[in-house]
Amino acid sequence: MLTYLPLLIIVLFGVGAFYASRARIGAAPEQPLPGLPGHYGWYGTLWTVVPATLVYAAWAVIDGQIIRNIVLSDHPGLSGAEATLLFVSIENAAAGVMTEDVPMASVELLLKLENLSTTARFAVVTAVSVLGFFWAWQRIRPELTARDRVETALLVALFIASIIAILTTVGIVLSLVVETFRFFQLVSPFEFFFGLEWSPQIALREDQVAASGAFGAVPVFAGTLLITVIAMLVAGPIGLMSAIYLAEYAHPRVRAVIKPLLEILAGIPTVVYGFFAALVLAPSMRNLGVDLGLTISSESALAAGLIMGIMIIPFVSSLSDDIMTSVPMSLREGSYGLGATASETIKRVVLPAATPGIVGGFMLAISRAIGETMIVVMAAGLAANLTANPFEAVTTVTVQIATLLVGDHEFDSEKTMAAFALGLTLFFVTLALNVVALRVVQKYSERYD
Amino acid sequence: MTSTGLSAISSQAAANRLLLRRKRAERRFQLYGILAISAAVGFLIVFLASIVSRGYMGFVQTEVQLTVNFDAELIEAGSYRKILRTSLVELFPEAGSSRAERRALAGMVSAGTVFVLRETVEADPAIVGTVQDVWVLASDPVDQFYKGRIDAALPEGERPISDASLARIAGLEEAGRIALRFNRNFFSRGDSRNPEEAGILGAIVGSALALVVTLVVSFPIGVMTAVYLEAFAPRNRITRLIEININNLAAVPSIVFGLLGLAVFLNLFGLPRSAPVSGGLVLSLMTLPTIIISSRAAIRAVPPSFAEAAMGLGASRVQAIFHHVLPAAAPGTLTGAIIGMAQALGETAPLLMMGMVAFVVEVPGGFTDPSTVLPAQVYLWADSPERGFAEKTAAAIIVLLGFLLVMNGLAVYLRRKFEKQW
Repeated sequence: MLTYLPLLIIVLFGVGAFYASRARIGAAPEQPLPGLPGHYGWYGTLWTVVPATLVYAAWAVIDGQIIRNIVLSDHPGLSGAEATLLFVSIENAAAGVMTEDVPMASVELLLKLENLSTTARFAVVTAVSVLGFFWAWQRIRPELTARDRVETALLVALFIASIIAILTTVGIVLSLVVETFRFFQLVSPFEFFFGLEWSPQIALREDQVAASGAFGAVPVFAGTLLITVIAMLVAGPIGLMSAIYLAEYAHPRVRAVIKPLLEILAGIPTVVYGFFAALVLAPSMRNLGVDLGLTISSESALAAGLIMGIMIIPFVSSLSDDIMTSVPMSLREGSYGLGATASETIKRVVLPAATPGIVGGFMLAISRAIGETMIVVMAAGLAANLTANPFEAVTTVTVQIATLLVGDHEFDSEKTMAAFALGLTLFFVTLALNVVALRVVQKYSERYD
Repeated sequence: MTSTGLSAISSQAAANRLLLRRKRAERRFQLYGILAISAAVGFLIVFLASIVSRGYMGFVQTEVQLTVNFDAELIEAGSYRKILRTSLVELFPEAGSSRAERRALAGMVSAGTVFVLRETVEADPAIVGTVQDVWVLASDPVDQFYKGRIDAALPEGERPISDASLARIAGLEEAGRIALRFNRNFFSRGDSRNPEEAGILGAIVGSALALVVTLVVSFPIGVMTAVYLEAFAPRNRITRLIEININNLAAVPSIVFGLLGLAVFLNLFGLPRSAPVSGGLVLSLMTLPTIIISSRAAIRAVPPSFAEAAMGLGASRVQAIFHHVLPAAAPGTLTGAIIGMAQALGETAPLLMMGMVAFVVEVPGGFTDPSTVLPAQVYLWADSPERGFAEKTAAAIIVLLGFLLVMNGLAVYLRRKFEKQW
């Protein structure tokens, strides 16, 4: 309980500081203040809360490491892994899980240090909070430009919040790059990008002898490509023709009903599509295959690709629709005036004018299809077949990432690192598709004024 | 003279033919459009219909009425198994006493019946020593047969239920001791290995806990970022970098966020695996771009005159934004948050990485308890071989889609109600 007590203290002190500081300025002689009384209240609260919270957070980050170093200093001459193992067993013993061969002196030392740390943290955080409050209290005078100061603090907070987007990207790139780098020290990048055999599970069992041969990701990339192509063969024509009909022919009332209906397709959770593909579509396709004399595997690229195609229809149709409706009427009227029919106008005037937007929409849809996970996990399978036959099972980048990392693993085997290497590839391919799509839309779009 | 006349006639005919062809092309083109839309909408209908037709039976469960003698001595000895066996033998007196026969009898009701009997006694000790009629869950094969999912015409070896069991079910039906009843367990329990006992409460609570974390983290940060970018950010390189980052994050595949969560939240920060707090954090990073983008649009839609009027009366820019612009933009930001939450609710892939796809029986009681989420439960059940789980999966999907419908409906309602043209 003592762990969270400092936070409670900080909150209570903060509330108290607000009213105390506001009251202090309220007691000052009547004169125009450079801020409302509330600003002085907030000024007090900020000084009471912010430094103390920072100390609390910093303490939480470093105290474990310091305790560990002190405890392990009694056991010199251990390698990194041995030290970790020893410390974990000491921790377990301290938590009441009895393990053999644990030096009881270290366990007692650990418990003592942890108690000491918690108590000291409580004292220090409270002291910092009180000191902060008195610092603010002293400075609260009518001359203090409280509004400016509080607002500056607020702007800093806003800026920090918006930095989180950058931090997320940095976090993604760093975590992927670090693991990938470690992976490429064990398996050469050449093998990974051009090798034709993918069997990471076997490599683990054969104790890395076969590692160099088993991490060739070409079948994985090929499977992703095959499913994406099938998906685009579905979504491309259906999405584009739907967009054309909605933008050019449909009555506004029809459009108002159909457009949201199509967008529902993008809002259905992908696991639901996966269920449909794996448990409804795939069995009926297999039965159909038996009737037609074809062998359709129960986990086929076709089932996954078809369903994924349905899912990305709205990504194609929405953007194409928007772009086509933004083509000005005067272009169409000019074409009608020369005697063209509606479909001729669409094919020769509207579509060429809308091409950048349509291309952009297709690229976004492809990027979505490549990154989609649940449908392929449930319907496409795990076997890394290098095949162009849509009736066979193939695997994709996302399926491999998911299967390599699900479950309890040591997170330093080649298997898990390979998943991060696949993740990095996926990240860059989708990023490139999105950046290029955006550029195409922005750069080549016609400007109508 | 005749030749020009003839060529006029023939060119007239050619023009007519051409016109006809062009008109046919026109009709064909329109037809393609209608076909495309019908394909998409038709799929949606087939899709929803197939899920509803598979799932609606998941909301009811076959139950069997037993006459149980709550014998005081047996309860004292804790042998509820014997109590159950006695009442089953009483119900099917024609059954022999061989081991196999007894096992077949026990296979009529759910494997958890023994525990249900114990719970009944613990809840109401007064029934000890009395004889009561108790409705208990039928086992999965009985349930599936009674719901008509197993074809009795198949040879005995090809169906999961024996001829003797079929005869017993017919007997129960005659006595009115078997019936479909509302599946309370489905909404009041966690997962189970037995499909007839499995429920989604654990998954719903897990989803709710994860969404609370997501909302608490991503809503303030998202709105603050939006306010900063729309109202305060200087036009410089850092601001542009932030904007590009947000747009790119919106397009990063969800599984990559799972990798980030695994590497940073679980391995680096040591947050608990399978816990709503870790899953919720990953989901909040994913929903952040959605909330930021829609909040920015909402703030931008408030006319600048709001802030100008406030500043003209002596408010600072911060006061003008926070007291006047932000409240006017609140419905828009709220709508964005709800849509972001709906996305997060349907997300599975990153949670797969965070260990939230797990067999969890207990309903989670806190943010650090092991738990699963609704779509992960769908994924788990879809993988289970027992027949009963197929309809449970579809039923869970219906519940999930219901939640999504409510959330999106709420967002649309808010948008309609508070949409203003300034």
